[in-house]
Amino acid sequence: MKVRFRFVKLGKIRWTGHRDVARMWERGLRRAQLPVVYTGGFTPRPKVSFGLALPTGHESVAEYLDVEFATADLDVVSLPARMSAALPAGLDVTAAVAIDGPIDSLQESVTSCEWELEAVGAPPDEVAALVERALSADSLVITRERKGVSVVDDVRPAILSVRVIGPPPCIAEGYVDHSPGAMVVAELAVHPRSLRPAELLTALSLPHSGGLREGHVRRTYQWIQRDGARREPLPLGATNAPHAEVRAS
Amino acid sequence: MTSLWPRIEPILATVQKPARYIGGEDGVRTPAHRADKVAWLLLYPDAYEIGLPNQGLQILYELLNEREDAVAERSYAPWVDMEAQMRARGLPLFSLETHRAAGAFDVLAFNLSAELIYTNVLNCIDLAGVPVRAAGRRSSDPLVIAGGHCTFNPEPLADFVDAFVIGDGEEAVGEISAVLAEWKRSGRASRHDALRALARIPGVYVPSLYEVTYDGPAVVAVTPLHPDVPAIVEKRTISDLGEWPYPRTQLVPLTEVVHDRLNVEIFRGCTRGCRFCQAGMITRPVRERPAAQVRQMVSDGLARTGYDEVTLTSLSSADYSHIDSVVGGIINDPMCNGQVSVSLPSLRVDAFTVGIASEIQKVRRTGLTFAPEGGTWRMRKVINKLITEDDLYGAVESAFSQGWRRIKLYFLIGLPTETSEDVLGIASLVAQCAAIGRSHVKGATVSASVGGFVPKAQTPFQWARQDTVGELRAKVSLLQDALGKTKGAQLKWHDPRATLAEGIASRGDRRIGAVIEDVWRAGGTFQEWSEHFSLDRWTAAMERHGLSPDWYVHRMRPSSEVLPWAHISAGLHHDFLWQDWQDALAEAVLEDCRWTPCYDCGACTGFGIEHVVASTLPPAGGSQGTGQDLGVPVSLSARPRPVLTGMGSRSGA
Repeated sequence: MKVRFRFVKLGKIRWTGHRDVARMWERGLRRAQLPVVYTGGFTPRPKVSFGLALPTGHESVAEYLDVEFATADLDVVSLPARMSAALPAGLDVTAAVAIDGPIDSLQESVTSCEWELEAVGAPPDEVAALVERALSADSLVITRERKGVSVVDDVRPAILSVRVIGPPPCIAEGYVDHSPGAMVVAELAVHPRSLRPAELLTALSLPHSGGLREGHVRRTYQWIQRDGARREPLPLGATNAPHAEVRAS
Repeated sequence: MTSLWPRIEPILATVQKPARYIGGEDGVRTPAHRADKVAWLLLYPDAYEIGLPNQGLQILYELLNEREDAVAERSYAPWVDMEAQMRARGLPLFSLETHRAAGAFDVLAFNLSAELIYTNVLNCIDLAGVPVRAAGRRSSDPLVIAGGHCTFNPEPLADFVDAFVIGDGEEAVGEISAVLAEWKRSGRASRHDALRALARIPGVYVPSLYEVTYDGPAVVAVTPLHPDVPAIVEKRTISDLGEWPYPRTQLVPLTEVVHDRLNVEIFRGCTRGCRFCQAGMITRPVRERPAAQVRQMVSDGLARTGYDEVTLTSLSSADYSHIDSVVGGIINDPMCNGQVSVSLPSLRVDAFTVGIASEIQKVRRTGLTFAPEGGTWRMRKVINKLITEDDLYGAVESAFSQGWRRIKLYFLIGLPTETSEDVLGIASLVAQCAAIGRSHVKGATVSASVGGFVPKAQTPFQWARQDTVGELRAKVSLLQDALGKTKGAQLKWHDPRATLAEGIASRGDRRIGAVIEDVWRAGGTFQEWSEHFSLDRWTAAMERHGLSPDWYVHRMRPSSEVLPWAHISAGLHHDFLWQDWQDALAEAVLEDCRWTPCYDCGACTGFGIEHVVASTLPPAGGSQGTGQDLGVPVSLSARPRPVLTGMGSRSGA
């Protein structure tokens, strides 16, 4: 049977990379002694498939993962707690749902991500003005790096929504950064080329790019837009573990 | 506020591999610091991904945190990008557990496992905000302590380290904690008194309590300055590994590190007697962990960590008594579900070993590594690594016929008495192995990894002359020419310039300290990393201080010479080492004393301990058991062979 998990990545662990998290899951599944299906060949690996990579340094409350188990009678309700206990602090499973029949992979089906990010370098009203100007532009051409290659792109179509929600919270006790900043909520498209929060800030700062820096960033949703409706990768009624987020922070 | 995290975190987005600095590994301890507890910061002075897996550091980490009078945290050398950011912001070196400033600890304890990391030791002390020279430290500064294999010649770091611990650290760290807890209770009045008290602990060497006298370039004597300071510091040895089932909760990192798997030490010490091998000489005698404990540590460790691979560590793991049944037990453990692979480092070269390897690597049969070290039988007799060509070809045949596609062979060049013929012998061994490989597997590769030999303290080769950079280069070219067109053979070699720097740091005396300091001040950190290494800094510093590489590295030393490390003892008698050196030059070999009578090297008799092995029989197969079925006569030179009662082995350990 296949199970889709939702999990959070919060706190210091956000400084680990996508492949690091994959290894934590592989070890976690073994620690929880769950009967995972392994691939064949010379280097067997558990059959798990991850969704979109989360840039190193960003937090998330909306990470997803599909795992194939070698049994049909797993107690799915207990899985979030079992896996949270088997994963390092900061990774916690908030939902698990059994998936019947074939399903599109996360990579194929997710169309956009919602982010909560801190734009550093200007106060909220100035950032709001930049947002307004960017949204009214026909095109926003920026240069960005992809696998070591510079790509020039119009990223305007990838900006589905942006809004300023206020000043940033005090980041951390004792840390004094006098730069002004604003909290921004943005929904950014994944296709044809996923737009990253840092690249959004570059686009907002045009024509003088580099005006806004990225502070704390958290992915809050992954969305699947299909047939005129928008939904999350897990159906409603998914087993929620509401306290997981609190424990990790 | 003691945590520096709020100042560290904003830097992390700007550096490579930020996970190096966050801590949070599974198995981490977050001890509560208290005024009456000695706070240790255990440092591995290399990058996090190299240092984290170090088992010695992890053992001491657990032992100290179990004590009532101590707490321990860890730190590693920040990478150069992180260091630049830290220095720019006035941020000191910090611990990973509570992100506390290194200077707030009572002890900075370094693990020294390679000489080229010495400049990183200085850098870490400096980043901690502590004066790098011991003489400049105030009573409020942490004590700088060092342990690990390199301490068997501590002199190059004598000016920077307050106290060295020689040998096994398990017992000594507790005794040191007790002394320092008392010192803290007394208000840390006199640093000198604390050091005097430490010097009374067996195995602890406090260099500032000794005076070195010279005659020109030569060391004449190393003399204790006080009557209560020992003239010779003897290494510490734990007699029974079974009493120390550590680490109990091996750290599982959040990010990629080397040796990223469960490690269980199955025995300590080695008596194969390879003459170039410092580890084998300084860790005698052999102390096996009881098989039942090994199995317990493996099954507990796999269940706790979630690893699917375990390494049974030692200096020659196939020599463990009944290794095949221990390995079989792990593989067939129903808990392991057929998914766990076992690896044995430092494999002996014979078909028996390949048999075990095929048993344990049912999956992931990618590469197998052997270390014949020398290219000809003559050379291998000189170094007492008694692998015949038949052993090697048998092992290689067996490996390729059982599905391995890649074999790696380790060799040393620049060994004593080496001739061009010996060097070319490496090429012909490699070519022959490649031919065997191709007869089984299309695209089989044999890669030869060639390192320049550095004579090490406390070994029979401590008197040997090290090859110059030019000599090593010429030997590498010989091999390049000889192997250039050999299909399936690859050649890799270690930079001969790094070999010279390692030679300077390995057998230097206290005067080399100034060289290490200069190299560090000139920016020479991470000298183990080729992209950061430059020999020019070393040679310039040597010249500046009027010191000659020829004297320190490229000359034969006489028996009468007072070696800079003569006041440090691994238990090995001077006469034993010198005789073994003479035997090497005469191409005479020496058997493994685990399975043959004692030849009194001193490691057991001197300390009143003995081998702990479960089997008195040598392992099956190959010529490397007793050394008696070599196909060539073993010529042992005349030397007293006392038969001591109680020596040899202890069964059921």
